Amino acid sequence: MRYSALSLLMNGLRGNASWKPAWREPEPKPHYDVIIIGGGGHGLATAYYLAKEFGVRNVAVLEKNYIGSGNVGRNTTIIRSNYLLLGNNPFYELSMKLWEGLEQDFNFNAMVSQRGVLNLIHSDAQRDAYTRRGNAMRLHGVDAELLDRAAVKEMLPFLDFDNARFPIQGGLIQRRGGTVRHDGVAWGYARGADSFGVDIIQNCEVTAIRRENGKVLGVDTNKGFIGCGKLAVAVAGNSSQVASMVDMKLPIESHALQAFVSEGLKPFIDCVVTFGAGHFYVSQSDKGGLVFGGDIEGYNSYAQRGNLACVEHVIEAGKAMIPGLSRVRVLRSWGGIMDMSMDGTPIIDKTHIDNLYLNAGWCYGGFKATPASGFCFAHLIAKNEPHEVTRQMRLDRFERGYLIDEKGQGAQPNLH
Amino acid sequence: MASLISCPHCGSRPKEEFTVKGAALARPEADADEATWFDHVYLRDNPRGLYDEYWHHTSGCRRWLVVTRDTATHDIAAVRDAADKKEAAQ
Amino acid sequence: MTSYRLPKGGLVDRKTPLSFTFDGKRMIGLEGDSVASALLANGQLLMGRSFKYHRPRGVLTAGSAEPNALMTIGEGGRTEPNTRAPMQELYQGLVARSQNRWPSLDFDIGSLNSLLSPFLGAGFYYKTFMWPAAFWEKLYEPFIRRAAGLGKASYETDPDHYEKCWAHCDLLVVGSGATGLAAALTAGRAGARVILVDEHARIGGGLLAETALIGGVAAPDFVASALAELASLPNVELLSRTTAFGWYDGNVFGAVERVQKHVRAPLPNVPVERLWRIVAKQALLATGAEERPLTFGGNDIPGVMMAGAMRSYLNTYGVAPGKSVAIFTTNDSGYALARDLEKAGVALAAIIDSRAEGAAPGVYSGTARVITGAYVSDAHGGKALASISVFKGGKTETLSVDALAMSGGFNPIIHLACQRGERPTWSDENGAFIVPDQRKGLTLAGSVATTNGLAACLEAGAAKAAALLGDLGFAAQASSFGTVEGDIVPAAAKPVWSIPGIKGKAFIDYQNDVHRKDIGLAVREGYGHVELAKRYTTNGMATDQGKLSNVNAIGLLAEARGISPGAVGTTTFRPFYTPVSFGALAGTSHGKHFQPVRQSPLHNWAKKNGAQFVETGLWYRSSWFPRAGEKTWRESVDREVKNIRINAGLCDVSMLGKIEITGTDAAEFINRVYSNAFLKLPVGKARYGLMLREDGFIYDDGTTSRLEENRFFMTTTTAYAAGVMNHLEFCTQALWPELDVRLASVTDQWAQMAIAGPKSRLILQTIVDEDISNDAFPFLGAKEVSLFGGQLQGRLFRISFSGELAYELAVPAGYGESVADALMEAGKEHGICAYGVEALGVLRIEKGHVTHNEINGTVVPGDLGFGKMVSAAKADFVGKHMLSREGLNDPNRAQLVGVAPLDPATTFRSGSHILEKGAAATLENDQGYISSSCYSPHVGSTIGLALVKRGASRHGEEVLVWNGIRNEYTPARLCDPVFFDPANEKLKV
Repeated sequence: MRYSALSLLMNGLRGNASWKPAWREPEPKPHYDVIIIGGGGHGLATAYYLAKEFGVRNVAVLEKNYIGSGNVGRNTTIIRSNYLLLGNNPFYELSMKLWEGLEQDFNFNAMVSQRGVLNLIHSDAQRDAYTRRGNAMRLHGVDAELLDRAAVKEMLPFLDFDNARFPIQGGLIQRRGGTVRHDGVAWGYARGADSFGVDIIQNCEVTAIRRENGKVLGVDTNKGFIGCGKLAVAVAGNSSQVASMVDMKLPIESHALQAFVSEGLKPFIDCVVTFGAGHFYVSQSDKGGLVFGGDIEGYNSYAQRGNLACVEHVIEAGKAMIPGLSRVRVLRSWGGIMDMSMDGTPIIDKTHIDNLYLNAGWCYGGFKATPASGFCFAHLIAKNEPHEVTRQMRLDRFERGYLIDEKGQGAQPNLH
Repeated sequence: MASLISCPHCGSRPKEEFTVKGAALARPEADADEATWFDHVYLRDNPRGLYDEYWHHTSGCRRWLVVTRDTATHDIAAVRDAADKKEAAQ
Repeated sequence: MTSYRLPKGGLVDRKTPLSFTFDGKRMIGLEGDSVASALLANGQLLMGRSFKYHRPRGVLTAGSAEPNALMTIGEGGRTEPNTRAPMQELYQGLVARSQNRWPSLDFDIGSLNSLLSPFLGAGFYYKTFMWPAAFWEKLYEPFIRRAAGLGKASYETDPDHYEKCWAHCDLLVVGSGATGLAAALTAGRAGARVILVDEHARIGGGLLAETALIGGVAAPDFVASALAELASLPNVELLSRTTAFGWYDGNVFGAVERVQKHVRAPLPNVPVERLWRIVAKQALLATGAEERPLTFGGNDIPGVMMAGAMRSYLNTYGVAPGKSVAIFTTNDSGYALARDLEKAGVALAAIIDSRAEGAAPGVYSGTARVITGAYVSDAHGGKALASISVFKGGKTETLSVDALAMSGGFNPIIHLACQRGERPTWSDENGAFIVPDQRKGLTLAGSVATTNGLAACLEAGAAKAAALLGDLGFAAQASSFGTVEGDIVPAAAKPVWSIPGIKGKAFIDYQNDVHRKDIGLAVREGYGHVELAKRYTTNGMATDQGKLSNVNAIGLLAEARGISPGAVGTTTFRPFYTPVSFGALAGTSHGKHFQPVRQSPLHNWAKKNGAQFVETGLWYRSSWFPRAGEKTWRESVDREVKNIRINAGLCDVSMLGKIEITGTDAAEFINRVYSNAFLKLPVGKARYGLMLREDGFIYDDGTTSRLEENRFFMTTTTAYAAGVMNHLEFCTQALWPELDVRLASVTDQWAQMAIAGPKSRLILQTIVDEDISNDAFPFLGAKEVSLFGGQLQGRLFRISFSGELAYELAVPAGYGESVADALMEAGKEHGICAYGVEALGVLRIEKGHVTHNEINGTVVPGDLGFGKMVSAAKADFVGKHMLSREGLNDPNRAQLVGVAPLDPATTFRSGSHILEKGAAATLENDQGYISSSCYSPHVGSTIGLALVKRGASRHGEEVLVWNGIRNEYTPARLCDPVFFDPANEKLKV
């Protein structure tokens, strides 16, 4: 059923008894043209675009838990396209453009809110780096603006301008950046995909991938064997685990990242701000909670939780950036599992198995990429050709030496 | 891991004193082929379960340790000095 | 308004009245009151407004699960929004303000939302506000944001202090009720190191509201004597006002102690909060159980309260909940309240018991009317309760009451035990989610482990503590405490999820206004999974994190889906048990103390010479030395640069990393960590070295000198000093432990100064005893020298970053300032000047030397013209094996090149990109970027270093330097990166 002001009114008057399920709960069919493993943001978006844009509708999304139970439901909801390198920037900008039309496209209010993303500058070297980055963005037609100290102060007078260990000298802002209600993205894509006939199958865990003559036949699951023409993997956090089912070893490590929300507050901060002298960034949700995060824990983990040292590290940076946070209370911390790749950039590619497709390595940047990742992965699956903006996101780039390393940290995933 | 790591030299110490590097893999021989080196530098088993990792007791004895840790539970099964090759055998 | 304070009873100090204000209204409470009890005593039942519908709300609990009575406490930099009134101790002069209401708590416009509630059900916002597209951000969202949120935080700087500490113990006991006290006494008497934490101001937990006798004394008196004994034991640490909020790996518990949140003017030398990281060999969770609300219509009207909370207000604070009270219960615990109310002389209108059989025999002997097999289906009233509807057998009866207590059973407070991945299971027998009572390091005892009744809890606490300590090697005996009299031991009650006959809104999550029908809607729309229902309805996402609401929501989900609560399962328990302030978690790390400061041994020298300092990592480095009359930094820097090229200058380079490398394999080791050859470096010589990562990209650079056959001195860049040391230690310990090498970081041991310029030798020779003429000490010489006629030993290196005749002199750190002073004095007649990192930067850019501006983690040696520094002869060095990859040898790679503007009057900046002349400004056409730039007095214009595709072969090409972000576009020419003395003649004179 289509959502509209009228449907809300009519249903409200009828006691809200006739709302229909947002998606079906089908039993798996014996065979699909495409099976997508992973009912997170990327998997659901892939299914949606496969069906809507590429006419591939005999599709199943297999999710071992509930949809959106992975990183799409546990991130800090930020969208931006402030990337430096040609291998990344056009991809994230495509994503931003898709965000901008998403809600009308899938008829679900995911609360895309372009409140601006500001990265603070604390040194000459940072200014140079952000100048380089801002120019790369501008060269691709992405909005970017350098702010001086006075402009930042006018915008966010409550940052520490008087007593900071690393004084704020300015910032790089992308005004089109912002936040999106993360769960809403998963639900909107799920509902949209379902409306085109995609089967979304929750509580369906893939236990093995069956192959014959170098091709994937289908998957064994806790709901039985399901055959497929093509198999697409979008399970960031667990990519290595699924890849090991076909004896693949990936240039990826799984790392824990914590995120946080404060108690609800009246409007406190309007845009997304990233500290430049420590690991901290923050925005405020529409409900009033300050949503913030910092750096990964640093050690390999599948546990979806972190430790106190990292919590303190993040909070220290938070109070250093905004002294007024001191008496604000942190309500909850949680953890997600990041596919940390060896150069900090994701992989959207075919594999050596010719009907197996891989979408992985999102580090902590997967949420903002959701629409473009889904679109480009669907393109790759449907056409067997990479979308123009993901040409460099190849799996063999490590072996060939064509790395896409924005931070320049090299083959140590916990530094990206 | 971990809030605490039991350093074989210093005893149980808070995580903040340590720096984690990553998989504790044996460095290939100098004359190993390119595929072996590529595997060493870029590919990871990334297991769910026990995992050998290099940790540096940066703010302590400054020894590099091999910490055997469960990536699903964060429980530490063993810690040894990285130079201790005898115990390094699987 | 009539006072609700009873004439006697409670643990409040009736001789110490405290004056405070609520929304500006002056009120009087008593020492020992919470803000909630004081407000109740003043007849102020209305304490807050709910989040969505702005419903009037009173206090529901007497503890940290409070969802309604949230208020802003304090003023200015001490403003604390969302403070739970039952947890805030009253103090003289306390200022409390209600929240989320406009214009006032009594008259709140937002309550109109209630009228729209049919259209504002769960998830309504996902279905609307989409048209027209632009209106979301321009109209709807700003409106929603203003309406949302609870309290208002202050932007002001917090005037108070915080601190953090570690603590280690044999047994941590969380919770100080009967179970916790028994455990702490048992462990304390056994001599174990015990830490007992309790979130409340007073130790004692539920005992403080208890009227039963323990060993013949009243429960609060029992607490007092236990407390006295524990306080006398040096091995026991008692931490009241301390919340254990998280259980982390290694059996580390996070706890926050509110040291001075109960005083008006905190002592300045004592923290207001203290963060504890408690390392416990064993921990005992004695956190008790949370009473479950009942989901009837109007269950949120002020005057409706948890039965246990009502008992606390009555017994602990001496406050009556109303004039005519009803109790709605599903279990025997409600009768304990009935008994106490009657004893206190408060009129009890009725006890409504959902059970057909009513209380167990002997539980209740009072006179109140007991209606069994009945439900309160609705409560009625506006800002205060007026009456209730009692539904029994299809009929409804109305009773006039002004207070209603409810008890829907108990949820064990298993929060901490489930924070590390464990999932609770549903117990039909107990009507609750439970976890097994033992896991590694953490044991449950008492009502959190479904043990009911004081006697059983005392016994369980003592027994569990004794067992745990036995495992730790203590000879512990479980303490016993005499008989318990007058306790009502409630048997587990069958939960009542759906109450029949409801007419009004029945709330589950009070704060977020999630009501019964929202759960039904979520299930109908496909959001029936407990996590989806939570996220769709926001149930359990308020500041109480569902302490009261989660299990009720699960029960209703289970009914709607036709499965058991166990099959529905819980959402994930995560830190923090209750919210913790940024201040406590940040401790002392904020403001100027956010990070430590490193100062060079020459810091004072630089200061004396008028340096402007700049933060460089943790260091403060001198960046330039302005002189009288110089108006801009550029004037100073230009003057310094020119002077060095003519005379000489002295620069503090102490912050470069310095590593002493010794051992019979030191040369072999260095040969393996640098890409270029070091094995045959002669004693007395320095060499520039290039350090790669194992993936082949450049990690760092620096010079290494061979002072003796088996003694080397390596310098690193400032930024990577610590990283290189870690890396070298990794190489010696993990990769090649068989090599005889020892490393010592000596960065802080040496003051190091660069003396550069044509007159540098002249000046240096005045303090160096040895002959340092060009013949005696040629370029790249490195040796220990005697200074000031043998008074001091130093190390002298003839190396140059500036391209001039130059030296670096290292002296023991403590002598740095004196030596620098002496050189400045000796150099005066030769025109020496102090110079900083800005001039250093100009000199090195003119000379084409790279720093981490160029070594950006994505360059290989060939990119910077260092191809020859990759030894082909060496069988192995770190980074060798990945260098041959196609992409690392692609002719299109960016390479180091110089850039100068076509018109010397024009300029450009670092971070600008390079485009081919006439090319469209697109990312695809991007040729590279300016990595370093400066005004060069030598060239007479801005110059730059850049990393440009095929740059080495493009010298002479005209390009556009594109800085679109500032609208600056500068035609320029690519050139050799060495602008100054390309033949290196100056170095070697």
